[in-house]
Amino acid sequence: MGTAAKTKHTEDYAKAPINQKLTAEEKLKLLRGMIRVRRFEIEALRQYNGGKMGGFLHLYNGQESVAVGACSLMGDDDHVITAYRDHGHALAVGMHMNECMAELFGKATGCSKGKGGSMHFFAPDKNYWGGHGIVGGQTPLGLGLAYGLKYKGLKGAALCFLGDGAVNQGCFYESLNMAALFQLPVIYCIENNKYSMGTSLQRSSVIEHCLAQRAEAFCIDWAQAGGEDIYEVRAVTQKAIERAHNESKPTVLEFDTYRYYGHSVADAKHKGGYRKEDEIEKFKRDHDPIQVFKRRLIEEKLLTEEQYEAIDEESKAEAAAAAVFAEESPIPSEASIFEDVYFEVDRQTEAGRTGKHFFND
Amino acid sequence: MPLIEYRDALNQAFAEEIERDPNVVLIGEEVAQYDGAYKVTKGLWKKFGDKRVVDTPISEAAFIGMGIGAAMLGLRPVMELMFWSFATVAYDQIVNNAGQIRYMSGGLINCPIVIRGPANGGTSVGATHSHTPENWLAAIPGLKVVSAATAYDAKGLMKTAIRDNDPVMFMENTLLYGEKGEVPEEEYLIPLGKADVKREGTDITLIAHGRAALTALKAAELLAAEHDINAEVIDLRSIRPLDEDAILASVRKTHRAVCIEENKPFCGVGAQIAAMISEKAFDELDAPVLRVSALDAPAIYSPKLEARQLPRPTDIVEKVLSIC
Repeated sequence: MGTAAKTKHTEDYAKAPINQKLTAEEKLKLLRGMIRVRRFEIEALRQYNGGKMGGFLHLYNGQESVAVGACSLMGDDDHVITAYRDHGHALAVGMHMNECMAELFGKATGCSKGKGGSMHFFAPDKNYWGGHGIVGGQTPLGLGLAYGLKYKGLKGAALCFLGDGAVNQGCFYESLNMAALFQLPVIYCIENNKYSMGTSLQRSSVIEHCLAQRAEAFCIDWAQAGGEDIYEVRAVTQKAIERAHNESKPTVLEFDTYRYYGHSVADAKHKGGYRKEDEIEKFKRDHDPIQVFKRRLIEEKLLTEEQYEAIDEESKAEAAAAAVFAEESPIPSEASIFEDVYFEVDRQTEAGRTGKHFFND
Repeated sequence: MPLIEYRDALNQAFAEEIERDPNVVLIGEEVAQYDGAYKVTKGLWKKFGDKRVVDTPISEAAFIGMGIGAAMLGLRPVMELMFWSFATVAYDQIVNNAGQIRYMSGGLINCPIVIRGPANGGTSVGATHSHTPENWLAAIPGLKVVSAATAYDAKGLMKTAIRDNDPVMFMENTLLYGEKGEVPEEEYLIPLGKADVKREGTDITLIAHGRAALTALKAAELLAAEHDINAEVIDLRSIRPLDEDAILASVRKTHRAVCIEENKPFCGVGAQIAAMISEKAFDELDAPVLRVSALDAPAIYSPKLEARQLPRPTDIVEKVLSIC
């Protein structure tokens, strides 16, 4: 790949084999997937502002095509792990809005029983390993998932998402070295939304062509791609998945994308502070992944404006219903504070019954 | 019963568990082709090959994290830190990922990993290589912490740690690797959370773990020979889970206790135990619970002085005499 991998985004990725295979129904499912993420986030923000949840809320609006596109390619032995902006990936792998919204509300019906919160969604039954709060901290775990796949002799890939800020964490480079050294089927997907919290890309990273290019230092194949076109995301990711499956080799991908909201909702300076308001508006107007794909599907005569509205309304209703579900769900019991700490204690195995594990009294 | 070195007892534990469970894999710096920096894994790569015994680059954060990710997927990695002091480089992975993943996933994900290596001072390698982090790590709910003083304990505890479904931090000691002890040929396991009374006594309870338990035994001999004091020595073996019952039973018998450890005193293991005894057996005590810890400064290099910094039998005797 090398530097040639820096694309000019002129190719029609609809013609990529992986996209040509898509049925009309599957294309609409991709659109619906992105809209569901958008509507979930909008409802989450509404509920956050209504005081229904605590802590941080890192919204994914604007980046939907990356998670939905990449996760749409997953086979039985492909796995996903990401950082704290994890709602989009969670819904993309098939998690239900109810369990996700309930987790935000800190309820017992949440995917992590109210113990993880916004940054820590998990669904190992759907090959989704979180949801990790420490920037870059998930990159060695993604390496480990790939290691486990190879060790077990499975033909799979570990898709490890990270932001443009995470590329400056040391453990990411240690992981790249080991991924290449051990020939592990890990795909690092950098979602470059241009800001590591309030610090712009230009102020945080040394760049010649792009961030993914840093993979060259480790002799790892890489590609930089536009993130707004879900066809492009799928085409580029598919190549990396094939490399992982067939050659057991790592890849570093970088997707140009953009977040409409702040680093988290507590980021008051994102609008008119560290970035100009017209920059946000420009992305929304010209590069919105949902609108880009909507236009494509209308061009392809697979979608009408009415159908689009219907999908949007359904997703909106689903998100609203999830908020009702979350609201009506019970808070976790006080006793549950001590559950899920130790496997052996939870199962009351002999090991779990031996010695004192908790030191409250 | 064969007399073997502490390191060989560990080596036997690894070999037996590798043979028993195809998901057990040894990973770390120099563990394979070099036979281990301290020869703990000697011969295992030759015997079991590249898949089961794996050398890594010097990248503690990545390889410990890799082990955690692999454990999430069902492997049972046994990760060597050449020194536990290097855990500082991998602290995020150990504390946030191994320690919290089960909780934050509401019990959906397990992390059956063992992280092991020597954790001791006393070898003139300076402060960066002399940390004893068992109290740092035992302060994290979600982690388990084990410390072995003898060859017998090292083997039995390691086999149990590998089979345990929670992350176990296993503390060894370079000063003990060459110490010989009796290890039976037949298989045995030692449960985590079960202390061992290494010397029975009636007059005072000495509570220790790791090499400090052996120092306490030496002190007990001095106390018996020179002061007619019959000390009971309890080796905790496991810090978390902790065998409180064994400690309390002994204190109810002797009515006096001294905690000994090679950790620093502030929030040390002895601090936790002293608080526990005073809360649960105050009426049984005839004297305050005292502590003997490493002197509260970074580990000094100067060989003569470093020997002074760690608890010596005479330090323990002196402390005991102050309350007996």
